[in-house]
Amino acid sequence: MAMTLTLRVWRQAGPDQPGRLVDYVAHDVHPDMSFLEMLDVVNDDLIRKGDDPIAFDSDCREGICGSCGLVINGVAHGPDPGATTCQVHMRRFAAGDTIVIEPFRARAFPVLKDLVIDRSALDRIIAAGGYVSVNAGGAPDANCLPIPKHVSDQAMDSAQCIGCGACVASCKNAAAHLFTSAKVTHLALLPQGQPERARRVVRMVEQMDEEGFGACSNEGECEAVCPKEISISNIARMNREYLKATLAGE
Amino acid sequence: MRLESRIPGGPIADKWDKRKFENKLVNPANRRKFTVLVVGSGLAGASAAASLGELGYTVKVFGIHDSPRRAHSIAAQGGINAAKNYRNDGDSVYRLFYDTVKGGDYRAREANVYRLAQMSVNIIDQCVAQGVPFAREYGGLLDNRSFGGAQVSRTFYARGQTGQQLLLGAYQSMMRQVGAGTVQLLPRREMLDLAIVDGQARGLVCRNLATGEIEAHDGHAVLLCTGGYGTAFYLSTNAVNSNVTAAWRAHKRGAFFANPCYTQIHPTCIPVSGDHQSKLTLMSESLRNDGRVWVPRNPGDQRPPDQIPEADRDYYLERRYPSFGNLVPRDVASRAAKAVCDEGRGVGDTGLSVFLDFTDAIRRHGEDVIRSRYGNLFDMYTRITDENPYKIPMRIYPAVHYTMGGLWVDYNLMSTIPGLFVLGEANFSDHGANRLGASALMQGLADGYFIAPYTVANYLGGTPLPAVSTSHDAFQEARAAAQGRIDQVLAVKGSRTIRDFHRAIGALCWDYVGMARTAEGLDQAIAKIAELREAFWQDVRVPGETNNLNPALDYAGRVADYMEFAELLALDARHRNESCGGHFREEFQTPDGEALRNDEDFSYVAAWEFQGVGAAPALHKEALAFEEVHPSQRSYK
Ligand SMILES: Cc1cc2nc3c(=O)[nH]c(=O)nc-3n(C[C@H](O)[C@H](O)[C@H](O)COP(=O)(O)OP(=O)(O)OC[C@H]3O[C@@H](n4cnc5c(N)ncnc54)[C@H](O)[C@@H]3O)c2cc1C
Ligand code: FES
Repeated sequence: MAMTLTLRVWRQAGPDQPGRLVDYVAHDVHPDMSFLEMLDVVNDDLIRKGDDPIAFDSDCREGICGSCGLVINGVAHGPDPGATTCQVHMRRFAAGDTIVIEPFRARAFPVLKDLVIDRSALDRIIAAGGYVSVNAGGAPDANCLPIPKHVSDQAMDSAQCIGCGACVASCKNAAAHLFTSAKVTHLALLPQGQPERARRVVRMVEQMDEEGFGACSNEGECEAVCPKEISISNIARMNREYLKATLAGE
Repeated sequence: MRLESRIPGGPIADKWDKRKFENKLVNPANRRKFTVLVVGSGLAGASAAASLGELGYTVKVFGIHDSPRRAHSIAAQGGINAAKNYRNDGDSVYRLFYDTVKGGDYRAREANVYRLAQMSVNIIDQCVAQGVPFAREYGGLLDNRSFGGAQVSRTFYARGQTGQQLLLGAYQSMMRQVGAGTVQLLPRREMLDLAIVDGQARGLVCRNLATGEIEAHDGHAVLLCTGGYGTAFYLSTNAVNSNVTAAWRAHKRGAFFANPCYTQIHPTCIPVSGDHQSKLTLMSESLRNDGRVWVPRNPGDQRPPDQIPEADRDYYLERRYPSFGNLVPRDVASRAAKAVCDEGRGVGDTGLSVFLDFTDAIRRHGEDVIRSRYGNLFDMYTRITDENPYKIPMRIYPAVHYTMGGLWVDYNLMSTIPGLFVLGEANFSDHGANRLGASALMQGLADGYFIAPYTVANYLGGTPLPAVSTSHDAFQEARAAAQGRIDQVLAVKGSRTIRDFHRAIGALCWDYVGMARTAEGLDQAIAKIAELREAFWQDVRVPGETNNLNPALDYAGRVADYMEFAELLALDARHRNESCGGHFREEFQTPDGEALRNDEDFSYVAAWEFQGVGAAPALHKEALAFEEVHPSQRSYK
């Protein structure tokens, strides 16, 4: 049941080089292969032929590390809702299909090579305030502060973000609001996050702007592609938190 | 060289307090003058970097990922143990200690394990304070589940993403220190060599994976937190870039490698489906809380599972181990699965899988409850297999998952190279011959938050460390060695791909050094590994150049190291003429097929000293003393 497909892949030699789409034929694609395993096979063919393999990032290959991230036929992470690129399987495609594969694009995510991008801007947003200031050693007993289950569950819904950047890639403004608001919401919901609540949101939002991410115009594309199905209501909460904090003079 | 474990004297419960008191301290004003190089940002590395940064040291963190949050710890699913006894079910620090020593088949150091059990309690406090959203009960207090090898419920979890949440907690604390200026991140850097000056680890050489540049960094201590070597087997549950490179290069510089043959095969993984696979996916051990493992009673029974009546099913774990049932430790469950498949009773197209069946649990609790417990795991299963585990039983088979062996460290987590500390899965210290579920996360965080900050301070405060810079010969030499190896592998320009070689070395490891090992098989493996290494250096084809982003080149370096490391793995397994934990030698088993230890001759840690590629390594033995838990035949019946 092996399929033959055409891949139209973004190739770019380096950060300052021009890039272009190049066609490759993928032979012997098995429906049970994952998308990235299919690329492994294509790369091994390229290597055997003496060509330069296609560079892309991946690691866990089970949807949790956030390393992988390709725009497949115009959709960040491809056709499966609630899944990362590495979780897409070739049974989603038919023999003879042409698949266009591009990197996540945003001003704040420069391309390093082919499909590999630099997402360190997201780390800098966390460094600006996405934490609870507690040093190792000083914590009270874990059960001293009961947290209602629904609150904790809701915090977990936001905390599931894997930092892949698909939200940014899918947004026409290249905004990082879904990413940032997920962390703001996670910590704002929990009692541990209260003391720094106002300062956190202000600093994270400012950092987001400084990194060159765009403004949010409520298109909802981010929510649609998020592999962890993080809700756009996080953004509304972040906006409220930010307004409250700035009105209070943070 | 004599191995000095530096275990403090006195009663087991007081040893760590005693050590903390004996330890030298570093004056707060002087701390920033000390630079600590942390390699790896998984649970071990991120927690160590955060804690050292909080104390005021100058910290540099290296990792192969584009962001420190992507370290492989992120993938841990099931949970983390702690002796909180919140369930009032008879748990205690002593019981966790006891279970872990027994679970490790009496091949771990008692003093380390006791300290680990003590720290477990602080870890949960620390993580909750960081905002880790652990699962809670309706009353608002923390929930627990059970894991293999224990009869109490002491595992804390955050849905099926415990590792992710713990790592993000540690990462966020570390990023706070980045913001505060104590920690500097160096992402996309692969450590390729260690710089040793006057016998002390004083820095490292790494490759900037984005630019290809070889860099040197000096410091006063180096902390290796680079994870395990499960990808030596090619197919494993580990992330595809996991590697032994940093540990192996340190080994070649004099750090002893301990117990490499203690590898863990996890019983519940999605079975191999074809040769295109790049990795295997774990189905968390927590599933064994509600899933029942079975195969048809009769070989060759091809009926679909729902048409096989109860009488024709064999719930072999429940039958063989009535008191632990489906929750026996991993090594026991894996071997039992292999045994029924070897008898021709395996299921699926390949006959290499067993059922993990939730029908009873769904009947008892309803599908919604099961979905809320394991929904993300069931989804993952469906994505990969195209089957619905709510309707038809999952099929699972053992796969390589974790490595108990690692660089030898003393009680202070320092290797045989002064100034080189090893934390997390990369060291050998706490799990003996088999790790119990939910204890790797515990160990990584104990090492990083609560142990290294004290023992590294003691080293820095109590050791003369003359000024050294990267212009020192040791750095020049390490740089040249790292670049030399890269040039060498690029120059082969053969015909076989790197993946081809990785698959081949992995197959050798799995076939001969996997779930069942024999002297004869291991002798063959050792010869074949040497041949394959030869072939690699004759015929591998590595594309591209050294001076830019080149993932194939990174991969080639890692596979080249496995070509050397695999030999040590097999040698260690060959020398240990007994079965214990994850190391099962077919010659040494009880009449009913359980591992047969030989305490008389093998109650020691095997620490190997490098003598050259292809040359026999020197064996050093650290005798294990059991003062608290008396070694006996491990029984889960
Ligand atoms: C699928 C899965 C599920 C698991 N579930 C559980 C569980 O439920 N409970 C439990 O207790 N344990 C679990 N484990 C085990 C546990 O996750 C790991 O043992 C643990 O997270 C290892 O942490 P670490 O910090 O030692 O290393 P890792 O998290 O592996 O981090 C290694 C770090 O080293 C860096 N690195 C690697 N090589 C180099 C190099 N050459 N140069 C520079 N940097 C390098 C990487 O970038 C990374 O930052 C699971 C493991 C797997 C595979
Ligand atoms: S590779 Fe980890 S999420 Fe895809």
